[in-house]
Amino acid sequence: MAMRKGLSPVTVTALAGGLAFLYVPLILLVIYSFNDSRLVTVWGGWSTRWYLGLLHNQALMDAAWVSLKVATVAATLATILGTLAALALVRAGAFRGRTLFAGLVYAPLVMPEVITGLALLLLFVAIDFDRGFWTVALAHVTFTMCFVAVIVQSRLLTFDYSLEEAALDLGATPFRAFFSVTLPVILPAVAAGWLLAFTLSLDDLVIANFTAGPGNTTLPMRIYSQVRLGVTPEVNAISTVFIVVITAVVLAASLAMKWQQEKIESR
Amino acid sequence: MALEKRSNFAHLTVAVPFLWLALFFLLPFLIVFKISLSDDAVAQPPYGPVFSLGEGWTVLRDKLAQLDLENYAFVLGDWLYIYSYLQSLLLAALATAILVLVGYPVAYAIARSPRGLRPVLLLLVILPFFTSFLIRVYAWIGILSREGLLNQLLISFGAISQPLEILSTNLAVVIGMVYSYFPFMVLPLYAALERMDDSLLEAAADLGATPSQAFWRVTVPVSAPGIVAGALLCFIPAVGEFVIPDLLGGSDTQMIGRTVWNEFAVNRSWSVSSALAILILLVLLVPILIYQRMQLRELESR
Repeated sequence: MAMRKGLSPVTVTALAGGLAFLYVPLILLVIYSFNDSRLVTVWGGWSTRWYLGLLHNQALMDAAWVSLKVATVAATLATILGTLAALALVRAGAFRGRTLFAGLVYAPLVMPEVITGLALLLLFVAIDFDRGFWTVALAHVTFTMCFVAVIVQSRLLTFDYSLEEAALDLGATPFRAFFSVTLPVILPAVAAGWLLAFTLSLDDLVIANFTAGPGNTTLPMRIYSQVRLGVTPEVNAISTVFIVVITAVVLAASLAMKWQQEKIESR
Repeated sequence: MALEKRSNFAHLTVAVPFLWLALFFLLPFLIVFKISLSDDAVAQPPYGPVFSLGEGWTVLRDKLAQLDLENYAFVLGDWLYIYSYLQSLLLAALATAILVLVGYPVAYAIARSPRGLRPVLLLLVILPFFTSFLIRVYAWIGILSREGLLNQLLISFGAISQPLEILSTNLAVVIGMVYSYFPFMVLPLYAALERMDDSLLEAAADLGATPSQAFWRVTVPVSAPGIVAGALLCFIPAVGEFVIPDLLGGSDTQMIGRTVWNEFAVNRSWSVSSALAILILLVLLVPILIYQRMQLRELESR
């Protein structure tokens, strides 16, 4: 029955309303980053001066650099650990402690960040690990790996094992079978996991606030301290750069994955 | 032979992430629990007693005897902390309820749209989630403030003559939570609705149900797991939310995530902030366990 399958005026309105709700605040934020006036709420004509100002804001550039380093390291480690965790959940069968393990993988997804941050900080203090680059990176690995695990897990659930079994029967080691058979198929999910871990790490304020040492101020920490002083066109400009870069990367990645998927399906 | 090799590999896939999470997720909570039983001290670290390896049994026993529930008694005896917990639960529940109402039509519309269009619409919903959480919350300051865009718009239309005070109220916090958690609600709802078998609706129609009857008695019950999953995914982190109440809330916004941070960073009481964190966990334990069970069942159902 086409009537139920298609879109009615009500559902189209709901969809348009939902998307407007999501995007209008971001669009306004971007528009006001080009405002010549220092008062954010008064429009003073178009200007790109806040963007030029960003380049001379050394503290901000340093923070962006710290964040990029942390996010790259954290996302890479999290992707390895998260993929292993997904394999354990889907493939390892009923091992002892499986429920506990699953709990440990799923709990960080919903755990309030304040609690995770406090707990990790207290761990680092208890084992006398000085706060710095690595404490933030390790903290980010821990919560982002669980997101990677969920993404890879959903891909593994629809994966046909018979290919890998054939490779094993032909004498391949499990490592070899994994790298030459399984990994290429789940690669889009692994890549999506890396990207999600990277953006989550780049975005995190609360956990970094607890675990970063002096001299390792991340970009969100820097933005946050500026936001606390009020809304300024400069913060709008940083935000716009952030939004544009992330949007471009996510769109490019999803196009690449679509292309990869089509290539696999056409084989 | 193949089986044995495979089981070695399987052991490795279990052991490495398991050890990592045990060290960086489970152990930290045990430490938080221990510190919640300790006292603040003017020392480095600022709590006591501190256990170390190689101490004699009597020293250990003395130190264990120093652990007590004092911090819990302090927290539970103070109306301000209780208020903080209740307010967090209330605001998170309110935001979650609104999210279900707002998210359901959107998820439903995406699930009903032409197959080719769905990935694009989904991407549009997920995309803001990739851009910074902090920035998304910040965007609302410029909209909701006294001189903000919403007030300017309403005044220019003549809808109001005095600007509305929305920023720095609990209303702004709820708006911020609904906005920030929107994709978390839509995705599980969509997953449940998309999997729905259309023949169920046809059967309902054949049996004489009107479309609205079919919706309430077939579609909604079938998508119930998606509603529960989405609600938990929003409610649990929202209870402990820090950034949203901090930036959008006012002086009467005392959500518990902010209280933990203040207790830790401003009052420098590690033991009280640990006790507060453990109490949040106790409150959230049941929802977290339900969420984990749902995830695990999802895993087993395929």
